[in-house]
Amino acid sequence: MAQIFKPSANHITQATLMGLAIGVPTVWLAIAALSRSPANTKVNVPLNQPIPFSHQHHAWELGIDCRYCHTSVEKSSYAGLPATETCMSCHSQIWTNSPLLEPVRQSYETGTPIKWNLVNKVPDFVHFNHSIHISRGLNCNTCHGPVQHMQITYKGNPFQMQWCLECHRAPDRHIYKDETRPDLQPRQQVFNLYWKYQTTGLDGLSDRERALILGTFNGTDNPKEREAGKQLVKDYGIKVQQLADCSVCHY
Amino acid sequence: MNPRIPLFALAAISLAGCHTDMWRQPKGEPLGENDFFPDGQMSRPLLTGTIARGKIRKDDAFFTGAVNGKWVDTLPVPLTKALLERGQERYNVYCSPCHGQIGDGNGMIANRGFTLKRPVGNYHTDRLRKMPVGHFYDVITNGYGAMYSYSSRVEPSDRWAIVAYIKALQVSQAPGAFGVSRTEIEVARQKHEAAAGADSHSGDSHSGGSHSGESHSGESHAEGAAH
Repeated sequence: MAQIFKPSANHITQATLMGLAIGVPTVWLAIAALSRSPANTKVNVPLNQPIPFSHQHHAWELGIDCRYCHTSVEKSSYAGLPATETCMSCHSQIWTNSPLLEPVRQSYETGTPIKWNLVNKVPDFVHFNHSIHISRGLNCNTCHGPVQHMQITYKGNPFQMQWCLECHRAPDRHIYKDETRPDLQPRQQVFNLYWKYQTTGLDGLSDRERALILGTFNGTDNPKEREAGKQLVKDYGIKVQQLADCSVCHY
Repeated sequence: MNPRIPLFALAAISLAGCHTDMWRQPKGEPLGENDFFPDGQMSRPLLTGTIARGKIRKDDAFFTGAVNGKWVDTLPVPLTKALLERGQERYNVYCSPCHGQIGDGNGMIANRGFTLKRPVGNYHTDRLRKMPVGHFYDVITNGYGAMYSYSSRVEPSDRWAIVAYIKALQVSQAPGAFGVSRTEIEVARQKHEAAAGADSHSGDSHSGGSHSGESHSGESHAEGAAH
Protein backbone atom coordinates (compact mmCIF):
# COMPACT_ATOMS: atom_id res chain seq x y z
CA MET A 1 0.00 0.00 0.00
CA ALA A 2 1.27 3.37 -1.02
CA GLN A 3 2.11 6.00 1.50
CA ILE A 4 -0.81 8.35 2.13
CA PHE A 5 1.41 11.16 3.30
CA LYS A 6 4.51 12.15 1.44
CA PRO A 7 7.49 13.26 3.51
CA SER A 8 6.58 16.86 2.73
CA ALA A 9 3.37 16.39 4.79
CA ASN A 10 5.50 16.90 7.89
CA HIS A 11 6.38 20.40 6.77
CA ILE A 12 2.84 21.19 5.78
CA THR A 13 1.55 20.09 9.18
CA GLN A 14 4.17 22.14 10.95
CA ALA A 15 3.48 25.14 8.78
CA THR A 16 -0.26 24.81 9.34
CA LEU A 17 0.08 24.62 13.10
CA MET A 18 2.49 27.53 13.14
CA GLY A 19 0.24 29.44 10.78
CA LEU A 20 -2.77 28.91 12.99
CA ALA A 21 -0.87 29.86 16.13
CA ILE A 22 0.44 33.07 14.61
CA GLY A 23 -2.13 33.79 11.94
CA VAL A 24 -5.33 33.66 13.97
CA PRO A 25 -4.22 36.12 16.66
CA THR A 26 -2.66 38.33 13.99
CA VAL A 27 -5.86 38.53 12.00
CA TRP A 28 -7.76 39.01 15.24
CA LEU A 29 -5.53 41.88 16.34
CA ALA A 30 -5.54 43.39 12.87
CA ILE A 31 -9.33 43.50 12.86
CA ALA A 32 -9.35 44.96 16.37
CA ALA A 33 -6.79 47.61 15.41
CA LEU A 34 -8.56 48.42 12.17
CA SER A 35 -11.95 48.85 13.84
CA ARG A 36 -10.36 51.34 16.25
CA SER A 37 -8.37 53.18 13.62
CA PRO A 38 -9.49 56.36 11.87
CA ALA A 39 -10.02 54.25 8.76
CA ASN A 40 -13.10 52.90 10.48
CA THR A 41 -13.97 55.48 13.14
CA LYS A 42 -13.26 58.49 10.86
CA VAL A 43 -11.76 60.39 13.79
CA ASN A 44 -9.74 63.37 12.53
CA VAL A 45 -10.79 62.65 8.95
CA PRO A 46 -12.38 65.77 7.43
CA LEU A 47 -15.53 64.95 5.51
CA ASN A 48 -16.27 66.72 2.25
CA GLN A 49 -19.41 68.78 2.28
CA PRO A 50 -21.49 70.42 -0.44
CA ILE A 51 -20.33 73.76 0.99
CA PRO A 52 -16.88 74.01 2.55
CA PHE A 53 -18.26 75.38 5.82
CA SER A 54 -15.60 76.40 8.33
CA HIS A 55 -16.33 76.25 12.04
CA GLN A 56 -12.96 77.89 12.61
CA HIS A 57 -14.15 80.95 10.74
CA HIS A 58 -17.68 81.18 12.12
CA ALA A 59 -17.26 80.02 15.70
CA TRP A 60 -13.76 81.23 16.49
CA GLU A 61 -12.88 84.14 14.21
CA LEU A 62 -16.37 85.65 14.24
CA GLY A 63 -17.23 84.36 17.71
CA ILE A 64 -20.71 83.16 16.83
CA ASP A 65 -22.17 81.06 19.64
CA CYS A 66 -22.77 77.37 18.90
CA ARG A 67 -26.45 77.87 19.63
CA TYR A 68 -26.92 80.46 16.92
CA CYS A 69 -27.06 77.59 14.43
CA HIS A 70 -27.51 74.51 16.62
CA THR A 71 -30.57 76.00 18.25
CA SER A 72 -32.07 72.91 19.84
CA VAL A 73 -28.95 71.57 21.53
CA GLU A 74 -30.10 72.65 25.01
CA LYS A 75 -33.58 71.27 24.86
CA SER A 76 -33.69 68.40 22.44
CA SER A 77 -31.97 65.09 21.82
CA TYR A 78 -30.87 66.47 18.51
CA ALA A 79 -28.56 69.49 18.36
CA GLY A 80 -30.15 70.60 15.12
CA LEU A 81 -28.59 71.60 11.85
CA PRO A 82 -29.31 75.16 10.79
CA ALA A 83 -32.02 75.76 8.26
CA THR A 84 -30.81 77.48 5.09
CA GLU A 85 -32.62 80.53 6.43
CA THR A 86 -30.06 80.69 9.23
CA CYS A 87 -27.18 80.80 6.73
CA MET A 88 -29.00 83.41 4.72
CA SER A 89 -29.55 85.60 7.80
CA CYS A 90 -26.04 86.85 7.11
CA HIS A 91 -25.29 85.55 3.64
CA SER A 92 -28.15 87.37 2.03
CA GLN A 93 -25.89 90.38 2.68
CA ILE A 94 -22.39 89.01 2.95
CA TRP A 95 -20.52 87.13 0.24
CA THR A 96 -23.56 87.26 -1.97
CA ASN A 97 -21.62 86.52 -5.13
CA SER A 98 -19.41 83.75 -3.83
CA PRO A 99 -19.61 80.64 -6.00
CA LEU A 100 -18.93 78.58 -2.87
CA LEU A 101 -22.28 79.68 -1.50
CA GLU A 102 -24.21 78.91 -4.65
CA PRO A 103 -25.72 75.74 -3.11
CA VAL A 104 -26.99 77.83 -0.17
CA ARG A 105 -28.69 80.33 -2.44
CA GLN A 106 -30.10 77.53 -4.59
CA SER A 107 -31.46 75.84 -1.50
CA TYR A 108 -33.06 79.03 -0.25
CA GLU A 109 -34.66 79.83 -3.59
CA THR A 110 -36.02 76.37 -4.28
CA GLY A 111 -36.83 75.39 -0.70
CA THR A 112 -34.73 72.23 -1.03
CA PRO A 113 -32.65 71.50 2.05
CA ILE A 114 -28.90 71.32 1.74
CA LYS A 115 -27.73 67.73 1.97
CA TRP A 116 -24.90 67.86 4.48
CA ASN A 117 -22.87 64.74 5.03
CA LEU A 118 -23.30 63.44 8.52
CA VAL A 119 -20.07 63.69 10.51
CA ASN A 120 -21.22 62.31 13.84
CA LYS A 121 -23.39 59.26 13.86
CA VAL A 122 -24.28 56.64 16.41
CA PRO A 123 -25.98 53.39 15.40
CA ASP A 124 -29.77 53.41 15.38
CA PHE A 125 -29.88 51.21 18.47
CA VAL A 126 -28.18 53.93 20.52
CA HIS A 127 -30.30 56.78 21.86
CA PHE A 128 -28.10 59.77 22.41
CA ASN A 129 -29.55 62.93 23.87
CA HIS A 130 -27.70 66.24 23.59
CA SER A 131 -29.81 68.20 26.06
CA ILE A 132 -29.07 66.00 29.07
CA HIS A 133 -25.33 66.21 28.45
CA ILE A 134 -25.46 69.99 28.09
CA SER A 135 -27.57 70.38 31.21
CA ARG A 136 -24.91 68.49 33.16
CA GLY A 137 -22.31 70.96 31.95
CA LEU A 138 -20.45 68.71 29.53
CA ASN A 139 -18.60 70.89 27.10
CA CYS A 140 -19.33 70.32 23.40
CA ASN A 141 -15.66 69.72 22.73
CA THR A 142 -15.56 66.85 25.21
CA CYS A 143 -17.16 64.73 22.53
CA HIS A 144 -16.79 66.76 19.35
CA GLY A 145 -13.15 67.76 19.59
CA PRO A 146 -11.81 71.24 18.89
CA VAL A 147 -14.73 72.22 16.66
CA GLN A 148 -13.98 75.94 16.87
CA HIS A 149 -10.66 75.26 15.15
CA MET A 150 -11.91 72.94 12.42
CA GLN A 151 -11.69 74.29 8.89
CA ILE A 152 -13.67 71.34 7.58
CA THR A 153 -15.56 69.51 10.25
CA TYR A 154 -14.29 66.15 11.35
CA LYS A 155 -15.17 63.70 14.05
CA GLY A 156 -13.38 64.37 17.32
CA ASN A 157 -13.91 61.03 19.02
CA PRO A 158 -14.67 57.47 17.91
CA PHE A 159 -18.20 57.31 19.42
CA GLN A 160 -17.71 53.62 20.08
CA MET A 161 -19.30 52.14 23.15
CA GLN A 162 -16.01 51.73 24.97
CA TRP A 163 -15.47 55.46 24.63
CA CYS A 164 -18.95 56.37 25.91
CA LEU A 165 -18.49 54.10 28.91
CA GLU A 166 -15.27 55.79 29.96
CA CYS A 167 -17.38 58.67 31.19
CA HIS A 168 -20.56 56.78 32.05
CA ARG A 169 -18.62 54.56 34.45
CA ALA A 170 -16.75 57.42 36.11
CA PRO A 171 -18.46 60.75 35.44
CA ASP A 172 -16.46 62.40 38.23
CA ARG A 173 -13.39 62.15 35.99
CA HIS A 174 -15.09 64.28 33.34
CA ILE A 175 -17.63 66.57 34.90
CA TYR A 176 -16.41 70.12 35.29
CA LYS A 177 -17.43 73.51 36.59
CA ASP A 178 -15.59 76.80 36.38
CA GLU A 179 -15.31 77.72 40.07
CA THR A 180 -14.81 81.38 39.25
CA ARG A 181 -18.39 81.50 37.93
CA PRO A 182 -20.56 79.90 40.61
CA ASP A 183 -23.50 81.96 39.37
CA LEU A 184 -23.80 79.98 36.16
CA GLN A 185 -25.95 76.93 35.74
CA PRO A 186 -24.16 73.87 34.40
CA ARG A 187 -25.80 74.50 31.02
CA GLN A 188 -24.35 77.99 30.94
CA GLN A 189 -20.94 76.73 32.01
CA VAL A 190 -20.72 74.88 28.70
CA PHE A 191 -20.96 77.98 26.57
CA ASN A 192 -19.24 80.31 28.99
CA LEU A 193 -16.01 78.47 28.31
CA TYR A 194 -16.08 79.65 24.69
CA TRP A 195 -16.69 83.25 25.74
CA LYS A 196 -13.86 82.96 28.20
CA TYR A 197 -11.59 81.55 25.51
CA GLN A 198 -12.57 84.40 23.20
CA THR A 199 -11.73 86.97 25.86
CA THR A 200 -8.56 85.55 27.35
CA GLY A 201 -7.16 83.24 24.71
CA LEU A 202 -5.53 79.96 25.67
CA ASP A 203 -3.28 81.69 28.23
CA GLY A 204 -6.19 82.72 30.40
CA LEU A 205 -7.52 79.18 30.71
CA SER A 206 -6.62 76.58 33.29
CA ASP A 207 -4.84 73.43 32.10
CA ARG A 208 -8.07 71.54 32.20
CA GLU A 209 -10.02 74.18 30.31
CA ARG A 210 -7.29 74.33 27.72
CA ALA A 211 -7.51 70.56 27.27
CA LEU A 212 -11.31 70.81 26.99
CA ILE A 213 -11.14 73.55 24.40
CA LEU A 214 -8.53 71.73 22.35
CA GLY A 215 -10.47 68.48 22.59
CA THR A 216 -7.60 66.62 24.23
CA PHE A 217 -9.25 66.14 27.61
CA ASN A 218 -9.60 62.45 28.47
CA GLY A 219 -10.73 62.59 32.07
CA THR A 220 -8.76 63.66 35.10
CA ASP A 221 -6.86 61.46 37.54
CA ASN A 222 -5.96 64.32 39.84
CA PRO A 223 -7.45 63.34 43.23
CA LYS A 224 -8.47 66.89 44.06
CA GLU A 225 -10.28 67.35 40.74
CA ARG A 226 -11.95 63.97 41.13
CA GLU A 227 -13.14 65.00 44.56
CA ALA A 228 -14.67 68.13 43.05
CA GLY A 229 -16.10 65.96 40.28
CA LYS A 230 -17.69 63.64 42.83
CA GLN A 231 -19.30 66.62 44.52
CA LEU A 232 -20.69 67.85 41.19
CA VAL A 233 -22.02 64.40 40.37
CA LYS A 234 -23.88 64.57 43.67
CA ASP A 235 -25.06 68.15 43.15
CA TYR A 236 -26.34 67.44 39.67
CA GLY A 237 -28.14 64.32 40.85
CA ILE A 238 -26.33 61.99 38.48
CA LYS A 239 -27.10 58.40 39.34
CA VAL A 240 -23.74 56.76 38.79
CA GLN A 241 -25.08 53.32 39.70
CA GLN A 242 -27.41 53.38 36.71
CA LEU A 243 -25.32 55.39 34.31
CA ALA A 244 -23.64 52.39 32.73
CA ASP A 245 -26.77 50.26 32.55
CA CYS A 246 -27.58 48.97 29.07
CA SER A 247 -30.99 50.57 29.12
CA VAL A 248 -29.58 54.06 29.62
CA CYS A 249 -28.62 54.23 25.95
CA HIS A 250 -30.19 51.12 24.43
CA TYR A 251 -33.92 51.26 24.84
CA MET B 1 -6.40 18.79 2.38
CA ASN B 2 -5.80 22.40 1.63
CA PRO B 3 -5.33 24.11 5.02
CA ARG B 4 -7.16 27.18 3.76
CA ILE B 5 -10.48 25.40 3.48
CA PRO B 6 -11.23 25.17 7.22
CA LEU B 7 -10.10 28.77 7.62
CA PHE B 8 -12.53 29.95 4.99
CA ALA B 9 -15.23 27.82 6.51
CA LEU B 10 -14.57 29.38 9.90
CA ALA B 11 -14.68 32.87 8.45
CA ALA B 12 -17.87 32.11 6.55
CA ILE B 13 -19.56 30.79 9.67
CA SER B 14 -18.55 33.75 11.81
CA LEU B 15 -19.56 36.29 9.20
CA ALA B 16 -22.91 34.64 8.62
CA GLY B 17 -24.16 36.28 11.80
CA CYS B 18 -23.22 39.76 10.65
CA HIS B 19 -25.99 42.02 9.55
CA THR B 20 -26.71 45.69 9.97
CA ASP B 21 -30.47 45.91 10.16
CA MET B 22 -30.27 47.02 13.78
CA TRP B 23 -27.56 49.48 12.93
CA ARG B 24 -29.65 51.16 10.26
CA GLN B 25 -33.23 50.71 11.25
CA PRO B 26 -36.03 51.64 8.88
CA LYS B 27 -37.13 54.57 11.00
CA GLY B 28 -37.28 58.30 10.55
CA GLU B 29 -34.81 60.62 12.17
CA PRO B 30 -34.84 64.39 12.56
CA LEU B 31 -34.02 66.13 9.28
CA GLY B 32 -33.71 62.72 7.62
CA GLU B 33 -34.36 61.84 4.01
CA ASN B 34 -37.38 59.95 2.77
CA ASP B 35 -38.15 59.00 -0.82
CA PHE B 36 -41.78 58.41 -0.07
CA PHE B 37 -42.68 62.09 0.10
CA PRO B 38 -42.40 64.32 -2.96
CA ASP B 39 -40.13 66.79 -1.19
CA GLY B 40 -37.81 63.97 -0.12
CA GLN B 41 -37.90 64.97 3.53
CA MET B 42 -38.67 62.80 6.49
CA SER B 43 -40.13 65.57 8.63
CA ARG B 44 -43.54 66.67 7.49
CA PRO B 45 -44.21 70.40 7.43
CA LEU B 46 -47.10 71.44 9.65
CA LEU B 47 -50.33 72.20 7.88
CA THR B 48 -51.17 75.87 7.93
CA GLY B 49 -53.13 76.69 11.03
CA THR B 50 -52.05 73.64 12.98
CA ILE B 51 -52.36 74.15 16.71
CA ALA B 52 -50.81 71.69 19.11
CA ARG B 53 -53.10 70.58 21.87
CA GLY B 54 -53.15 73.18 24.61
CA LYS B 55 -51.00 75.56 22.58
CA ILE B 56 -53.56 77.89 21.11
CA ARG B 57 -52.12 81.38 20.87
CA LYS B 58 -54.93 83.51 22.21
CA ASP B 59 -52.77 86.01 24.03
CA ASP B 60 -52.13 88.57 21.29
CA ALA B 61 -49.88 90.74 23.41
CA PHE B 62 -47.65 87.81 24.26
CA PHE B 63 -47.52 86.14 20.86
CA THR B 64 -47.59 89.08 18.48
CA GLY B 65 -46.45 92.01 20.60
CA ALA B 66 -49.49 93.98 19.48
CA VAL B 67 -53.08 94.40 20.58
CA ASN B 68 -55.61 95.65 18.03
CA GLY B 69 -52.83 96.56 15.64
CA LYS B 70 -50.97 98.64 18.19
CA TRP B 71 -47.66 97.60 19.70
CA VAL B 72 -47.92 96.91 23.39
CA ASP B 73 -46.16 99.33 25.68
CA THR B 74 -45.60 97.02 28.64
CA LEU B 75 -44.06 93.58 28.89
CA PRO B 76 -46.74 90.87 28.95
CA VAL B 77 -44.54 88.91 31.37
CA PRO B 78 -43.30 89.86 34.85
CA LEU B 79 -39.99 91.67 34.78
CA THR B 80 -37.63 89.72 36.99
CA LYS B 81 -33.92 89.34 37.33
CA ALA B 82 -34.19 85.85 35.91
CA LEU B 83 -35.94 87.23 32.84
CA LEU B 84 -33.20 89.78 32.25
CA GLU B 85 -30.49 87.19 32.69
CA ARG B 86 -32.22 84.88 30.28
CA GLY B 87 -32.54 87.82 27.90
CA GLN B 88 -28.89 88.67 28.24
CA GLU B 89 -27.88 85.12 27.41
CA ARG B 90 -30.21 84.83 24.42
CA TYR B 91 -29.30 88.31 23.24
CA ASN B 92 -25.63 87.44 23.25
CA VAL B 93 -26.29 84.29 21.25
CA TYR B 94 -28.72 85.51 18.62
CA CYS B 95 -28.47 89.30 18.45
CA SER B 96 -24.95 90.33 19.42
CA PRO B 97 -23.31 89.07 16.19
CA CYS B 98 -24.88 92.05 14.40
CA HIS B 99 -26.16 94.44 17.05
CA GLY B 100 -23.10 94.15 19.28
CA GLN B 101 -23.00 93.28 22.95
CA ILE B 102 -24.17 96.71 24.06
CA GLY B 103 -26.66 97.12 21.25
CA ASP B 104 -24.91 99.86 19.33
CA GLY B 105 -25.14 98.01 16.02
CA ASN B 106 -21.43 97.39 16.10
CA GLY B 107 -21.33 93.60 16.19
CA MET B 108 -18.74 91.39 14.57
CA ILE B 109 -20.87 90.57 11.53
CA ALA B 110 -21.88 94.20 11.11
CA ASN B 111 -18.19 94.99 10.97
CA ARG B 112 -17.40 92.17 8.59
CA GLY B 113 -18.66 93.34 5.27
CA PHE B 114 -22.28 94.17 5.71
CA THR B 115 -22.93 96.75 3.03
CA LEU B 116 -26.45 97.73 3.87
CA LYS B 117 -28.48 100.63 2.61
CA ARG B 118 -29.26 101.23 6.25
CA PRO B 119 -26.73 100.28 8.92
CA VAL B 120 -27.44 97.64 11.54
CA GLY B 121 -29.88 98.87 14.16
CA ASN B 122 -28.45 100.88 17.03
CA TYR B 123 -30.76 100.79 20.06
CA HIS B 124 -29.37 103.99 21.50
CA THR B 125 -31.27 106.44 19.37
CA ASP B 126 -34.20 108.61 20.38
CA ARG B 127 -36.44 106.81 17.94
CA LEU B 128 -35.78 103.37 19.43
CA ARG B 129 -35.71 104.57 23.04
CA LYS B 130 -39.28 105.77 22.60
CA MET B 131 -40.33 102.65 20.72
CA PRO B 132 -42.86 100.46 22.57
CA VAL B 133 -41.60 97.02 23.60
CA GLY B 134 -44.02 95.41 21.18
CA HIS B 135 -41.98 96.77 18.30
CA PHE B 136 -38.85 94.91 19.36
CA TYR B 137 -40.87 91.72 19.78
CA ASP B 138 -42.34 92.23 16.34
CA VAL B 139 -38.91 92.71 14.77
CA ILE B 140 -37.56 89.52 16.33
CA THR B 141 -40.66 87.65 15.19
CA ASN B 142 -41.02 88.99 11.68
CA GLY B 143 -37.69 90.52 10.81
CA TYR B 144 -37.04 94.08 9.76
CA GLY B 145 -35.23 95.48 6.74
CA ALA B 146 -32.35 93.13 6.01
CA MET B 147 -32.86 91.31 9.29
CA TYR B 148 -34.48 87.92 8.96
CA SER B 149 -37.17 86.57 11.20
CA TYR B 150 -35.85 84.81 14.29
CA SER B 151 -39.15 83.15 15.10
CA SER B 152 -37.83 79.69 14.27
CA ARG B 153 -34.76 80.19 16.46
CA VAL B 154 -36.04 82.13 19.46
CA GLU B 155 -39.25 81.10 21.15
CA PRO B 156 -41.80 83.70 22.28
CA SER B 157 -40.89 83.67 25.98
CA ASP B 158 -37.23 84.15 25.06
CA ARG B 159 -38.15 86.95 22.68
CA TRP B 160 -39.71 88.86 25.58
CA ALA B 161 -36.64 88.16 27.67
CA ILE B 162 -34.51 89.65 24.90
CA VAL B 163 -36.82 92.66 24.61
CA ALA B 164 -36.52 93.26 28.35
CA TYR B 165 -32.74 93.04 28.08
CA ILE B 166 -32.65 95.45 25.14
CA LYS B 167 -34.57 97.94 27.27
CA ALA B 168 -32.04 97.37 30.04
CA LEU B 169 -29.24 98.04 27.57
CA GLN B 170 -30.91 101.27 26.53
CA VAL B 171 -31.24 102.44 30.11
CA SER B 172 -27.66 101.45 30.87
CA GLN B 173 -26.31 103.61 28.05
CA ALA B 174 -28.49 106.66 28.62
CA PRO B 175 -30.26 106.64 31.98
CA GLY B 176 -31.10 110.31 31.61
CA ALA B 177 -33.28 109.67 28.62
CA PHE B 178 -35.41 107.39 30.78
CA GLY B 179 -35.66 109.80 33.66
CA VAL B 180 -33.31 108.02 36.01
CA SER B 181 -29.85 109.00 37.16
CA ARG B 182 -26.81 106.78 37.55
CA THR B 183 -26.91 107.36 41.31
CA GLU B 184 -30.47 106.10 41.47
CA ILE B 185 -29.44 103.03 39.53
CA GLU B 186 -26.50 102.45 41.83
CA VAL B 187 -28.68 102.82 44.93
CA ALA B 188 -31.25 100.42 43.53
CA ARG B 189 -28.52 97.98 42.61
CA GLN B 190 -27.06 98.01 46.10
CA LYS B 191 -30.49 97.61 47.61
CA HIS B 192 -31.16 94.68 45.34
CA GLU B 193 -27.84 93.05 46.12
CA ALA B 194 -28.40 93.45 49.84
CA ALA B 195 -31.85 91.91 49.48
CA ALA B 196 -30.48 89.07 47.39
CA GLY B 197 -27.65 88.58 49.86
CA ALA B 198 -30.05 88.41 52.79
CA ASP B 199 -32.39 86.18 50.84
CA SER B 200 -29.83 83.48 50.22
CA HIS B 201 -26.55 83.33 48.43
CA SER B 202 -28.17 83.45 45.01
CA GLY B 203 -25.28 84.25 42.72
CA ASP B 204 -24.93 87.74 41.41
CA SER B 205 -23.86 88.33 37.89
CA HIS B 206 -21.57 91.26 37.41
CA SER B 207 -23.02 92.99 34.43
CA GLY B 208 -24.03 96.53 35.08
CA GLY B 209 -26.57 96.41 32.29
CA SER B 210 -28.95 93.93 33.79
CA HIS B 211 -28.96 95.63 37.18
CA SER B 212 -29.63 99.06 35.86
CA GLY B 213 -32.54 97.64 33.93
CA GLU B 214 -34.13 96.23 37.01
CA SER B 215 -34.06 99.52 38.80
CA HIS B 216 -36.07 101.03 36.04
CA SER B 217 -39.55 100.64 37.39
CA GLY B 218 -41.33 102.51 34.63
CA GLU B 219 -40.78 99.44 32.48
CA SER B 220 -42.52 97.07 34.83
CA HIS B 221 -44.82 94.28 33.97
CA ALA B 222 -48.50 93.94 33.29
CA GLU B 223 -50.44 91.13 34.92
CA GLY B 224 -50.86 87.56 33.62
CA ALA B 225 -47.66 85.84 32.57
CA ALA B 226 -48.35 83.72 29.57
CA HIS B 227 -46.20 80.87 28.45
